[in-house]
Parts: sequence; structure tokens; C-alpha cells
Amino acid sequence: MAETAPISADFAPWEAPDAKPIIQFKNVTKRFGDFTAIDDLTIDIFPQEFFSLLGPSGCGKTTMMRMLAGFESPTEGTILLDGQDIAPVPPNKRAVNMMFQSYALFPHLSVSDNIAFGLKRDGLSKDKIADRVEEMLKLVQLSQFASRKPHQISGGQRQRVALARSLAKAPKLLLLDEPLGALDKKLRQETQFELMDIQEKTGTTFVIVTHDQEEAMTVSSRVAVMDHGKIIQVATPQQIYEEPNSVYVADFIGDVNIIRGTAKRADGDHVHITFAADHAPLIAATKRDIAEGSEVALAIRPEKIAISTEKPEDRNNAIQGKVLDIAYLGNISTYHVELPGGAVVKAQTANTRRVHRRSFTWDDSVWLSWTDTAGAVLVE
Amino acid sequence: MRRLSWFNTVSLTLGFAFLYIPMIILVIYSFNAGKLVTVWTGFSTKWYGELFQNEAFLNAAWVTLKVAVISSTFATVLGTMAAYVMVRGGRFYGRTLFSGMIYAPLVMPEVITGLSLLLLFIAIGLDRGTLTIVLAHTTFSMCYVSVVVSSRLVTFDRSLEEAALDLGCTPFDAFKSVTLPIIAPAVISGWLLAFTLSLDDLVIASFTSGPSSTTLPIKIFSAVRLGVSPEINALSSIMIGIVAFGVITTSLMSKRAITRRQAEENKAVQ
Amino acid sequence: MRRLSLISVPYLWLLALFLVPFLIVLKISLSDTALAIPPYTPTLDLSQGWAGLAQWWAGLDMENFWFLAEDNLYWKAYLSSLKIAVTSTLLTLLVGYPIAYGMTRAPDEWRPTLMMLVILPFWTSFLIRVYAWKAILSQEGLLNQLLMNIGLISEPLIILNTNLAVYIGIVYTYLPFMVLPIFAALDRLDGSLLEAAEDLGCSRLTAFWLVTMPLSKQGIIAGSFLVFIPAMGEFVIPALLGGSKTLMIGKVLWEEFFSNRDWPVASAVAVILLLLLIIPIVLFQRNEEKQREAEG
Repeated sequence: MAETAPISADFAPWEAPDAKPIIQFKNVTKRFGDFTAIDDLTIDIFPQEFFSLLGPSGCGKTTMMRMLAGFESPTEGTILLDGQDIAPVPPNKRAVNMMFQSYALFPHLSVSDNIAFGLKRDGLSKDKIADRVEEMLKLVQLSQFASRKPHQISGGQRQRVALARSLAKAPKLLLLDEPLGALDKKLRQETQFELMDIQEKTGTTFVIVTHDQEEAMTVSSRVAVMDHGKIIQVATPQQIYEEPNSVYVADFIGDVNIIRGTAKRADGDHVHITFAADHAPLIAATKRDIAEGSEVALAIRPEKIAISTEKPEDRNNAIQGKVLDIAYLGNISTYHVELPGGAVVKAQTANTRRVHRRSFTWDDSVWLSWTDTAGAVLVE
Repeated sequence: MRRLSWFNTVSLTLGFAFLYIPMIILVIYSFNAGKLVTVWTGFSTKWYGELFQNEAFLNAAWVTLKVAVISSTFATVLGTMAAYVMVRGGRFYGRTLFSGMIYAPLVMPEVITGLSLLLLFIAIGLDRGTLTIVLAHTTFSMCYVSVVVSSRLVTFDRSLEEAALDLGCTPFDAFKSVTLPIIAPAVISGWLLAFTLSLDDLVIASFTSGPSSTTLPIKIFSAVRLGVSPEINALSSIMIGIVAFGVITTSLMSKRAITRRQAEENKAVQ
Repeated sequence: MRRLSLISVPYLWLLALFLVPFLIVLKISLSDTALAIPPYTPTLDLSQGWAGLAQWWAGLDMENFWFLAEDNLYWKAYLSSLKIAVTSTLLTLLVGYPIAYGMTRAPDEWRPTLMMLVILPFWTSFLIRVYAWKAILSQEGLLNQLLMNIGLISEPLIILNTNLAVYIGIVYTYLPFMVLPIFAALDRLDGSLLEAAEDLGCSRLTAFWLVTMPLSKQGIIAGSFLVFIPAMGEFVIPALLGGSKTLMIGKVLWEEFFSNRDWPVASAVAVILLLLLIIPIVLFQRNEEKQREAEG
């Protein structure tokens, strides 16, 4: 996972007590008939954030976005934009613009007419519109395609036209619904950085809906992981990955091993987790208050687990197991190791050496080891 | 590549021969010099000349054209509205009745539609004439328009309208500047369908027309009921010619537009 | 507000010019014939208030329907319409299916042309297309001339003014309605299904019978209803091509109305025709819905 800082490292208005949020969801519930799409949701989003709503389809992320755009209204609760309740404001009067998943480019209008569309509604003068369109075309590097129709340009270019069109009115808030979903993987990665660049240049607050966790992690200042109409965790990408607050979040983001067991309080910040009767308990550091004897899960990322033939002496946790399977992914290899109790744990190593000189293979007996701070202790 | 078997070739040949030979014969015999339409006596265009001398036919043609233009225009407006209500209206009181009234005229026998409209016009004391034919034609052809337009609206990407709203359009603005231009081909074919239905209609027009407003089909019907006449052949040939010209040009034009579009799309991807 | 006017304009139009007229037909079918203008009684006289309404209501009866039930002319007309409509629907299917099938087997570049050739007659005047057959089918017509010239027959066949001419007319005019839905259904059919069937041991013919036919069922059903329903109430074809012995209910209704000026009986004929058509119409709608669901 690339760790890039789109915004300066100390940009964290959500930690500043006096920062004024641009959007506030206050106990918002949205029901469609019997189905609850959004369930009593409260959250603040701050100016210039690049905020991601991440979750599987049907988790309510798109509904949240459509409520911000004005295409749905909350069943209960209020949504404030700059401190104002936006419920009575129709979509065409909101200082919010949206980039649609399908891009929704008007097929009968040229690229520049698409970008000018919103500006014309504002009744700007012709010169001003032309200037602004040119500025936007330059921003997305499409100046030479201005007179083309949407079907005459490529998918990546269409995506940029959609972005330019939604940014042309300089909205306070830009909503992006799966903005990169229709692009192929390589183009998506390039465009992610472009998107971050544009967000930084324009200083617009971006709220993006995505089901692609890698995309959310790359671009966002904060990520909200959603499930069944609720936000499970809101945090920076790093926190989400390193300190998930639940098995759901840990499992949703990246690859993870979940080892379940019974907790026993140890000295200071540590707990001992008994996961198998005939094995010494695992030692894990946690800041959480874990009750004695409670059921916990240790979530540990495969790349944090070392694999070796000899038992390492410098790590708190070491378990012996048998190599069941090896998945070679080029830059890394994932080893599936069976523990004595039958559980399978994944461990990853970087392939710094040629494969044929690998030190272990199928059915080898190996040691897995990790430090006390490598995993997160989660209570279910 | 698919290949036609002898069976396919024969069935296509016979099928299209069946469809076209009667019309071809009709056109050929319109140039017959003789009075009989079954015995060829030589080439002549005199029946066309006589047709254009026949004031009754010319009057009927004028009435028909007037009715067709007016009623198909009204039908297009009403039918497009109805299609919009059907596809986008959501739930409203009496929706089932509404969709029933849209679809029923499509399958209703023309004799019943004609009879019921005539009885209505008599009940409200409306004199039969051009107006009553226009009302009748508008009513049944708006249903055809609404079916054509709503099948286009169903596949219409709704986010285009939402994008227009999002960029500051009022709902009416969004319809005018985004939806309408995009569904225009369907609206136009709806209009053309309504227009030809009106031109073609005999039964409903017979019920709803008055003595001063005889339409061309009524005129043709009363003439051919008695037998065949070369003048009618000439008139029919003209009508077939106009339709063939219209259908062939539009289909060639749309074919070319599709080819061009595909070429452009291929270029864009590269 | 705007939404309300959008709904109410076409709604009110259809109420006034479709539903209300039909209710009037229903009402008149319950009235009695009279030598008056309008030629039926009772007429609703609202100036007399409730008494007028009550008198009007009391005057309505089922007499016309009893009349229709007793006179076997009407029974025969309904049955003969049914027979003609069913027979000509089957004939249209027999003629239309091979055409639709041939179209799907034709090379891609022919398709737009073939489609256009099927649609073109649909845009051409119905009346003219029926009329075209008069010159062909008459006793001294082109068909008889041809058959006699090649020596197949010595006496001219009598086709015009018989039911056979009506069948030909219906098949001819409604053929595009049969071909298009079947073509649409066959066109959706994935070619690899037939290859799979042959791969699993079917001959071409059994593959057609076991795969193509069942999968084009919806198209066949849709096409058959599109031919059957209008054929049932057909007026122009029996009037132009049929003889005096051709009984079709559309023609009977027309004559009751225009020749006999018996409005109540004509209305009763219309009401019964509609009741007969409701079943196929409902079945047709259900078939369409099923198809729409299948397409997702």
C-alpha cells in the first residue's frame, strides 16, 4: 500500500477542537420502505478533506452521497452544509456538485459544452464561461479535445471531462461516485494521483464513494468504513490498516489473519491470548481495556509474520507449523502454514532472492513469528 | 460467418416475393393504358393525369394531410407526456387505470374505438367534421407514441437528468436541454408512426368524419368496394412511392450514422 | 405542481376520449332502439333531477343481449370470426417463422436491409395492400391468368369473395407483426447453444426442435396475439376480399350501425366482442411482462 501524503502531514482538522466542519450528518436515518439504507448516522467532514466512503455494495454509501447531492432526503435527522440545513434546498440550488459513476456526460453536447453546461445555468457572461471552460480543460489536460463529442474520446478522457464539468462551478463540495470504477487497473492507478493533485490544486472538499479499498487508502485523508447503513470506523488510512477497531474492518481492508482466543490480563499494556490448549499463549500489546477471560480476536497482517526454519529468539510469539501452500505473486510470496490445531495462517515475505533458492517448500516444518505490537487485539 | 442453407434461401425468397409482388403488380398496372387493371394494353401515364384532375380526391387528400399533421403533432406531445409519466411518474393514484388506458387502444378493434368515439361526439353534441377526426386520431395514436417513447425512456440513463439538476437545471430545464435532445429520435419516430396511422386509417375516420370531411382512405374504400380502378392504382403507387422513399432514406441515413459512430468510437479507444 | 399537470393532461384526455366513450357504448347497449334522434331510448334527462335519473335507469335492460343470444346470425358471426382469426394466425405463423428464421441465418451485412424490407409494408397503407390483392385474386385476375397459361387449370378458380381470400388478406397484411417478434426472439438466441446441442449428439433438426423452437416460444406467442387480436375485429379485409357469405363480427357491427342504424344492437355487439377479446389481451400482456422479467 503506497503511503503518500496528499495533504501536508499535519492536516488533521478532525483532531482540532475548534475546526468547523463543512458537512455534518446528525442522526441521519434513511429508509426505503422496510429497508433501512442509513441507520442513525452521525459524522463530520471538514473543509479540504478527501473523504472516502468505503464499503460493499448495499452498505448505504451511495445513499449518503445522494442525500448530499439532493436526490434523496433523509427520513430522520438533519444534514448541515456549512452549518445550514440542506433539506429544503433542491439539487439545482446546492453548492454541491457530483461526478457520476457513469460520468453522465451529455452525449449530444461537445466536451466544452458539457463543461459549460453548469456555468450557463448560473447566467455568467459568454466570455467568463469561455475562460472558465478553458481553465478546466487545461486542468484536466484535454484542451485539444474541446470540440469532440463524448463518444469520440476514450474512457479515461471521459472520466476527466466528467471531473472538469463537476468542478467548473467551483462547488464547496464535490461528490465522486466510484470515479475510477470504469477504468482498467493501470489507468486507475495513474488517475488516482491525478485526482489527488487536482483536489490539492482546487482546495475543494472531496467526498468519494468506492468499494475499492486500495483506492480509498491511496487517495483519502480519512476513510469511513461502512456496513449495513452504519459507519464502523472513521480514521486515516494508516489507522484503518494498522489499528482496525473490529474484525469487520480488519477483514475488509487488505489481507488479515484472525486468531481467536481467550484473553488474560498481563503486565501493563499486554494481554495473553490462549488460542489452543497445548500451546503457550500469544502475547499482544493493546491500549484497550480488555476484560479478564473475554473472547478476543488477534488480527495480524500476513506481512507482519516472519517465516523461518529456526525458532527465532528475539520475538515474543513463535509457533511451529507446516507449509501447506505457496502462492507466488512475483514481488512477494504468501505461505499458507497449518498450525498444530489445524488453523491456517498466512505469512508473506518479499522475494528479494530468486525463487529457486527459496529456503522452504511444501510440507516443510517452519516457524512463524511476530512481535507483540504486530497485531491488533479486537473484541467482538 | 453464417451461411444460408437452401431452405433459408427459399423461405426468404418466397416470403419477400409474397410481401412485395402484389405491390409491384399494383404499381405496374397503374401505368396500364387500358381501363382494366388485369389486362395489359400498353404503357401510359394518363391515370396519373386524371387523378390530378379529380377534385374529390384532391380535396380528400388535403383533408387527410391536414388531419394527419395536426393529430400526429398533438399525439406526439400527449404521448411523450404519457410516456414520461409511465416511466418516471412513480406511484400515483389511478396509475393502473392510466397504463390500462395507454395500452388498451393498441389492441382495441378499430370498429369499437370508432363507434365509441362517435357516440361520445353525438352525446356532447359535437358536429362531425375535421375536428372530430383529429380528436379521434390523436387519442389512438398518442398511445402508439407513448409506447415508442417509453421504450426509449426505459433505457435512458437517469443519471444524465440528475447531472443536469446537479449542475443547476430546474426539472423542466433538464427535460428541455438534456432529455428531449437525447430521446428526440424516438419522439420523431413516434410522430412519423402517428402520422402514418392517421393517413392510413379508414375505420375510425369513417365513424368520426362528417359529410364535409371525407378523408382519402374513405374515398379509396368507397371506390374500390365496387371493383378495381386504374386511378386508384395510380394513387396507391404515389403513396407507396412516398413511403418507400421515406423508409429507405431514413434507414440508409441511420445505417451511415451507426457506421460513422462505430468508426469514431474505435478511433477514440486507440 | 408541475408533476400534477404532467400527469393530469394525458390522463384527462384518455379519460374523456377513451374511457367515457366506452361507458357510453355500454350504456347504449342497454337501451332500446327508437325512431328518433338519437335513435335510442331512454335518454338521460338531468333537467328533471333525480326522477329523470331514476326513469333513465329503469329504462335500461339486457334486451339487446337477449336479442343477440337468440338470433343465431350473431352466434355464427362470432364463431366464424374466431375460426377465421385462429386459422389465419396459424397460417401467418407457418409463413412467418421460416422468414424470421432465414433472417437470423442471413449474413450480418444483409440484416438492416432485410429488416427494412419487413418493416416497409408496415408503413404502407393497409387499405392499399388489401386492395392490391383484388386484381390478383379476381376471376379474370392475374393469378388465374398465370395458372391457366401454364396449363395447371382450365377453369378460373373462384377465390375473391370467399373466405380463402380473407385468409390470404390477413396473412399478407399481418405478416410483419408475426415476423418481427419471432425474429427478435431468435436473434437473442446464443449461437453456441446450438453448437452445444450438436456437440452433445443432436442432429441439426433435433437441435432446432429441442433448442431453437422452445427458446423462440415467447416470440411465437407475442406474434400470434398480435395477429389474432386485430384479426378478430377485422373489418376492411372481409369487406374488400370476402364475399357475402363471409361472416365477421367487425363487418356485422359496421352494417348494424351504418346500414340498419341500430345503435343499441351495434353497441351490444361491440361489448361482447370486447369481452371475448379481454382474455387474449390479458394473456398477451402477461407474456410481455414475463419476457421483460426474463430480460432483467
